[in-house]
Formats: sequence, structure tokens, C-alpha cells
Amino acid sequence: MRDLLSYLLTRAGWMLLTLWAVYTVSFVLMRSVPGNPFSSERSCPPAIERQLKARYNLDAPPIEQYFDYLVGIVTRGDLGWSIRLEDYSVNQVLAEGFPVSASLAIFALVFAITLGVSAGVISAVYRGTKADFAMMTAAVMGIAIPNFVLASVAILLFVFGLHWFPAGGWGTLRQVTLPALCLGAPVAAYIARLTRAGMLEVLTRDHVRTAFAKGLPKRTVILRHVLPGALLPVVSYLGPATASVLTGSLVLEKIFGLPGMGSHFIFAATQRDYTLAMGMVLTYTVLLFVMNTLVDVSYAIIDPRVKLQ
Amino acid sequence: MTSIDHRRTQNRDELDRLLDEAKEIRGVSLWQDAWKRLKRNRVAMISLYVLISLAWMAFLTPLVPLQSPIDKDLNNRRFLPPNIETVVLGSREGLKFADGRLTGELAKFREQTRQLEAELNATVDPMKAEQLREDLRQRTLVEHPFNQLWNKLDGVSWWLCQRRVDLFGDYAIPSLMGTDKLGRDLLSRVFWGARVSLIVGLVATLVSLVIGVSYGAIAGYFGGRIDSVMMRLVDILYSVPFIFVVIFLVTFLGEDAVKAWLETYGIDQITLFYIVIGAIYWLTMSRVVRGQVLSLRQEQFIEAAHTIGASPMRIVFRHLVPNVLGIVIVYLTLTIPSVMLFEAFLSFLGLGVAPPDVSWGLLLNDGVEALSSVKLFWWMVLFPGAALASTLFALNFLGDGLRDALDPRMKNRG
Repeated sequence: MRDLLSYLLTRAGWMLLTLWAVYTVSFVLMRSVPGNPFSSERSCPPAIERQLKARYNLDAPPIEQYFDYLVGIVTRGDLGWSIRLEDYSVNQVLAEGFPVSASLAIFALVFAITLGVSAGVISAVYRGTKADFAMMTAAVMGIAIPNFVLASVAILLFVFGLHWFPAGGWGTLRQVTLPALCLGAPVAAYIARLTRAGMLEVLTRDHVRTAFAKGLPKRTVILRHVLPGALLPVVSYLGPATASVLTGSLVLEKIFGLPGMGSHFIFAATQRDYTLAMGMVLTYTVLLFVMNTLVDVSYAIIDPRVKLQ
Repeated sequence: MTSIDHRRTQNRDELDRLLDEAKEIRGVSLWQDAWKRLKRNRVAMISLYVLISLAWMAFLTPLVPLQSPIDKDLNNRRFLPPNIETVVLGSREGLKFADGRLTGELAKFREQTRQLEAELNATVDPMKAEQLREDLRQRTLVEHPFNQLWNKLDGVSWWLCQRRVDLFGDYAIPSLMGTDKLGRDLLSRVFWGARVSLIVGLVATLVSLVIGVSYGAIAGYFGGRIDSVMMRLVDILYSVPFIFVVIFLVTFLGEDAVKAWLETYGIDQITLFYIVIGAIYWLTMSRVVRGQVLSLRQEQFIEAAHTIGASPMRIVFRHLVPNVLGIVIVYLTLTIPSVMLFEAFLSFLGLGVAPPDVSWGLLLNDGVEALSSVKLFWWMVLFPGAALASTLFALNFLGDGLRDALDPRMKNRG
């Protein structure tokens, strides 16, 4: 318990450091883009441009901007006003987008883990059969087809062809399902391959042979003695899986027209909405860091040989 | 006495025989062994052949009698389904080629150039000669008919294109894969896109290889504090959402002012694109290499290198890195697909390869856009998608095969 606490504290310290580094790099990158967010607009009178700059604190020297913004974030948790979306603070945009993206990502991950693990177990147990071959081919396809192609084809097929799912919108389970499936598919494919490889390795171990020899039913051996060991690589893949789901959600939200953080981020980056983009990057960093920490902790719980440091 | 002599010669014979037998036996190196095992893996070998032929086809694309990948025909050829109607190169009216064919225009062009050259040789006035020379240079560089049909050919491709015209004349393969929304031939675009996609995959992976291997090897070899600091950095970088940094970078680099500034250094956007992608894919590679090096550095050959006074850098790059090459190659074949997917992903967001360059990601994006309309232009998704997917398939299978082949535990299994 003590270990865990001190581990979490160190991780939190590292997270702050990372956030600061990400903040600095993003700040420098954004401010070194020539021109400012208002320069592409139809030429507005200089007085108005001055007013605009003053409102967003863009008229201060860069160093001062850097610290003002940082102090604002640290003391008040205030990410400032969005430059492009009128009368929206970045916090408001995040508050609206986050639930959408988070539920999409959670659904996708749950789906990916369930489908991936069961497919991996089945194809490992029935190794060499047609089912194994079919599943592994599907898994390679899932890895080899870009998710925007998958999503477009799925929309065509399931929305316009079969009318199984509504075309758009957000809120009900039926509306979440299709984007979550498309988002989870590549991750599921990867997990299936990892599970299969892990299962095949554990299946040859001595303790498994012993379990079979003493007459345990196949089901018990596989679920109790093989699966926990085989899942270790899958657990350690969950960190990168989160990253890939977050990345994928940028595309999926654009295709399905969902009001999540991803679509906002693309908008912010291309429209040079400094504050919004910064807020997004920081949020994503926190998310990824928390997820990685959770993965490490759960890894240590599952595998007693691993020590947290 | 004689009996001892006799025994001696017998011994000598015996030893000679043993020696001869030993000479017959060839040691099997790790690589030969792995190659033998790989050859037995049918899927991996097919993938290898597919990839090799793909690379050759991509390289020789200019030589293949394809239609122009960039010439648009908005009047007659938009969204043509796959067909086998013959197309004459340069026959579009808008091009205003002599005789409506490329060879005709080329002949005319050569004739005009010759006239200019003759004029140049005839003039004595240096000012006028200079101006004529400039004209001539402009003509050959900019107004050459090739520039209307192909985009920014490099030296080798230009030469190959000329050979193609010598060989096939105006003949062009029909639009076997249909045409896109601007009336460009999809088959030739898939071929030309292969070049960009494959090069993005290769170069970016090589960049990641160089960074990852040196980083991992150095961390693993020096160990201790250096190692823990370096690996802690990698841990942190794992938590940085790189995709967002890349999107920033790409928008930043896409600015006209930045582009112009980079061009003064002779770097174009695509090159930078490779480097940026490569720079974010090295993390896993460095972890893997470090792990291997950690276990290798206790070995005797490293100690031997120490004793004869080899410098640390020499040990790392001459003795350690070659020994981790196996696993590096496996990771290489698995990194290329993810880089290619990443390129497709960026192209979808409009941040990838910029037209008039083509890549498979860009083609797929066009296809997906066409798909969402009421009419089904299936060929625009199917063919680029199949090209990308089969390449990624092959790379994945080859990677798996290599992993099995290089795994010493698999040595005596089938």
C-alpha cells in the first residue's frame, strides 16, 4: 500500500513535469507560426485588431504571455478563451466535448478487449483449424485497413444499406455503437493477435500440462491457468491502445460528425486557435498519463513479480 | 619399434581423416539458419516476393505505359468506371498537343528547340545570345510536354519516361481501375502513389531506426544512471500524445512563410514529413534494443573488446548493434506498416502529402469522399485500399515470419 502511494506520488510529479514540457513546446510552436490568428481575417480596422489582441493577451511580450497563461492554468485551472469559437471558454468546450470523446473511447476499448481476447483465446485453443485461420485473417485485415476507410464502408453498409444504425447524432446507445465498433476494430485485431501468441506460449508450460494431467476440465484449465498468464502482454498493450484510440477518435469524430474533442482539436490546430489547441493537448496528455499509470499499477497487481518503482 | 611406428602412422591417418571430416562441415551462421527457416514459411516468402516486386514496380513506374497521373479531364472522363477503352497519351483537347498525341508534340517541341539553338548559334550579340540561352533553358525546363503530364520528375524518372515514349509511343494502358472525380486515371495514380507511400514508409522507418537503435544501445551499454535517465525520458515521451504535436508541426510547416524559409535550405515539405514521422516512432525500438543490449553487454566478446582498448562508441556500434540486428529487422517490418497507416491518417485529415503529389492515403481519402455521395464510385476506394492493404498484409506476414525465423527457440521445430 505504501509502495503504491509513493509510486502514484512520483508518477504525479512526472506528470506535472511532462505537462510543463508539453505546454512549453506547444507554446513555442504555436507562437512561432508566422502571423496571428486574426491576420487571415478580412482586414479589420487596426483599432479593432488591437482590441482583439488585448482581449486574448496577445499584445504582451511572448515571455509575459507564457507566464500569464501558465499562472492562469495552475492557479485557476483556467485555459482561457477560445479564439475562434465566439463566447466560448476553452473549459466550456472541453466540458462539452470530453464526455462524448470519453464515452466513445471507453465503449471502443471495452469492445476491443472483449472481442480481441475472446477471438484470441478461441483461435489459440483451436489452433490450425479454419476458425483460427479465419479469425487471424480478420485480425490482419483490421490492422491493414485504415480506420477511415473501414468507417466509411461501415456507414455505407450498415446505415444506408441495412438501416441497422442511425446516420448521425449522439446520445443513445444505437448512435454510439457504430463509431465505437469502428474505433475499436484495429485495437481488437491487435489484442487478438497478442492474446493468441500469449496463449500459445502459456499452453506449452509445465503447470498447464499438470493441470490437464490431474484431470481438470479444459474450460477450467484455460480460464484459470492459461488466460491470466497470457493476458500480460495485452495489459501492457492497453497504454498504447489508449493512445491509438485517442488518435483514431480524431478521424472517427470527423466522419460521424460527433461533437467530441477530436473534431475540436483538428479545427483548433488548422484554424490556429492557440488557446483551444493548448487546452486539448494538455487534456490529452493528462488522459494518456493517467491511463499509462493505471496500466502499470494493474500490471503489478496481476503479475506479482513486477515491482512498482 | 616397428609396432610403435606403425601405431603412429595409424594415429596420423586417423587424425587426418578426422580433420578432413571437420573441414567438410560448414558452420551455419545465425543468418543462414534463419534464412533456411524463413524459406520454409510459405506465407512469409510469398510476402517477400510481393514486396520485392512492388518495390521494383514502384521504381519502374515511369517506364510503364500508364496514363498521366495529374492530367485532368473534367469534360469527358470524370468518374469513368473501370473500362478497357484505349487511350492515346496527350489526346485531351485542352492540352493542345500537336496531332493530339504526345509524340507529335514532342517532335514539334524538339523542332522548336532546334530552331532556337540554331538561332543562338547564329547570333553574335552577347546580350541577345544571353537572352536566347535563357529562353532555351526556360523552354527545356518548364515548357517541356512532360511537365504537363507528370509532376516534378526527378532525373532518373525523366530518363525512364523518355525510354517509355521510345518504347511504347503514345500507347497508354486503358483505365483499368476507372477514373476519379477530376478525370484522372486511377491506375496510374495508384502506381505513382505507391512511390510516395513506400518512400514515406521506408524513410520514416529508417529515421526511427537510426534514432531508436543508437538511443537504446547507448542507454543499455552505459547502464546505471545514464540508462535510468534516458529510459525515464522514453517513459515520459510515451505519455505525450504525439499525434497532436505532429498535427501542430505539420500545420506549422505548411505555412507559406515557413515553406519558403525551408526551401532556401533545400528541404521540401515531403522530406520534412518523413523526418517528423520517423522522429516519433523510435520509442519502442529503443526499448527493445536497450533490453537486448543489457543482456549482451555481460558477454565475453564485449569484455574482450574492452581489454584491447576499444572505445565505448566503437563497442556500441561495432560489437553490440550488429548483434541486435535480428530483432531490429523484425521491428522494422512491423514499423513500416504503422508509418504507412499514419501517412494515410494524416492525408485523411488533409495534413499529409499535398497534391499534386499522390499517395495511397490521399487516394483513399478521395475515394472515401466520393463514397459518401449518392452514387457508388466503388472503384475509387477498392483499388487504392487493396493496394495499401495488400502491402500492409505482406509486411505484417513477413515480420511475423522473420520473428519466428530469427527466434532460436524455433530452431528444431519444423
